[in-house]
Amino acid sequence: MTSMGWLLPLVQILIVLNAVLIAVTYMVLLERKVIAWAQSRLGPMRVGPHGVLQPIADAIKLLLKEDITPARADKWLFTIAPIMSLVPALIAFAVIPFGGHARIFGRDVPLFIADVNVGLLYIVSITSIGVYGIILAGYASNSKYPLLASLRASAQLISYEVAITMMLVSVIVTAGTLSMVAIVEAQLHNHVWFVFVQPVALVVLFIGGLAETNRTPFDLAEAEQELTGGFHTEYSGMRFAMFFLAEYANMIVVSAVVTTLFFGGWLPPFPNVGWLAFLGWIPGWMWFLVKCFVFLYVFVWIRATLPRYRYDQLMRVGWKVLIPVALANLFVTAILKVWL
Amino acid sequence: MLEAIAFYGLAALILGFGVMVITARSAVHSVVFLVLNFLAVAVVYVVLGAEFLAVIQVLVYAGGIVVLYLFVVMLVNQKRTPEAHHDPHRKTGLGIMLASAVLAEVTAIVVYTASAPSASPIPVSSPVVGGNTEQVGWLLYTDYLIAFEVASMLLLAAMVGAILFARRMD
Repeated sequence: MTSMGWLLPLVQILIVLNAVLIAVTYMVLLERKVIAWAQSRLGPMRVGPHGVLQPIADAIKLLLKEDITPARADKWLFTIAPIMSLVPALIAFAVIPFGGHARIFGRDVPLFIADVNVGLLYIVSITSIGVYGIILAGYASNSKYPLLASLRASAQLISYEVAITMMLVSVIVTAGTLSMVAIVEAQLHNHVWFVFVQPVALVVLFIGGLAETNRTPFDLAEAEQELTGGFHTEYSGMRFAMFFLAEYANMIVVSAVVTTLFFGGWLPPFPNVGWLAFLGWIPGWMWFLVKCFVFLYVFVWIRATLPRYRYDQLMRVGWKVLIPVALANLFVTAILKVWL
Repeated sequence: MLEAIAFYGLAALILGFGVMVITARSAVHSVVFLVLNFLAVAVVYVVLGAEFLAVIQVLVYAGGIVVLYLFVVMLVNQKRTPEAHHDPHRKTGLGIMLASAVLAEVTAIVVYTASAPSASPIPVSSPVVGGNTEQVGWLLYTDYLIAFEVASMLLLAAMVGAILFARRMD
């Protein structure tokens, strides 16, 4: 390391931040296109060939729109609520390993910003801060529907967090570490992706992920028919866009976490099978992005397929199905870990 | 040097947010400052190299408890005007007494630790190598096992109590 050692993290942060924001805007396009195809429509077609420039047009539109603060709103909270919801979604990317180490310009560069030994817990705690953005947005708007929506959203987030965290504990017990990088390496050393060891955990975690990101079938906080929009009803322009960015960034976080924990992160499929070794020629970060993309597609696919749950159904699934399953899974995992 | 700057900057932030918590007009604003206060404390833990504690601080205090607190604050009566602060039931004398007791205690601790010979920190004779998650786990389940179990019994009692209250409703 030279004296320029401090520069590398800054460059990494800059690249990841920009890549995430671009990915988020194009995630919106992907969602509109996939849903359109599912409904035998074409989706955005006007801006650029097949609408590929649509996200840029949307971004410009949102930036130029008038930014309205309702007269009776709590101004200070109304301003910081979008920030409190976007910032946690973005800083969660600090511990996500996009790849192992790469040689760039003759030096060994890690393809992750930080490898802290509490990586997974860090993500859990950071995403739990994101709830504040939603609660405060609903409260600060000083309006009935956003308040109802934010209460729904926060009750939902708190309930599903329990099941998710318990499932993460199962994975941690299996991997024996909390570091995201070490979890991927554990999958390499055990010669198996953890999806084959912890299939139940994957299912519960993904359902919980849908609920945590307020996606269909758990998008009760944004039920347009009942709530005229959701907790961001009173927001306009860029502040509204920040909530959207946060939601999509959270989807990417969930996909990245699922990829890292269950599908070997940056590892190619079956890295220890001899005749599949040619897959190793594709760089690891590409594998990571491909796997992430698959999960993002599943998010959209589910939205195009499933109707919304009723609120009591949502709570019943969370408390009476997912949490007992998570507990049982943890119990069995712990027993097997000790005996095997 | 850098560590000192970070510490005093964070200490100023923590105190500042603490003052804001008690001076903010609206209860919800107080809660938001409380969250910021907890986050600043978590950063102090990171500076001290206790990443596990920092993450738990964010997860349990900033993330969990304060969400519940915010629920309560939002659902209770919000139409409290400044006049409503003249609460006839307020026990000013008792408050002053408790506050000065705490102040005396803190002063005593500061004076004692300043005068005492610099005691070496609790030796961590942990056989586990690794991050401080393992170290904390090892300490909790060996040296501090009784305290840990007592605390967990307390939580269990609180849980049973809460369920009992909820059952009595219907």
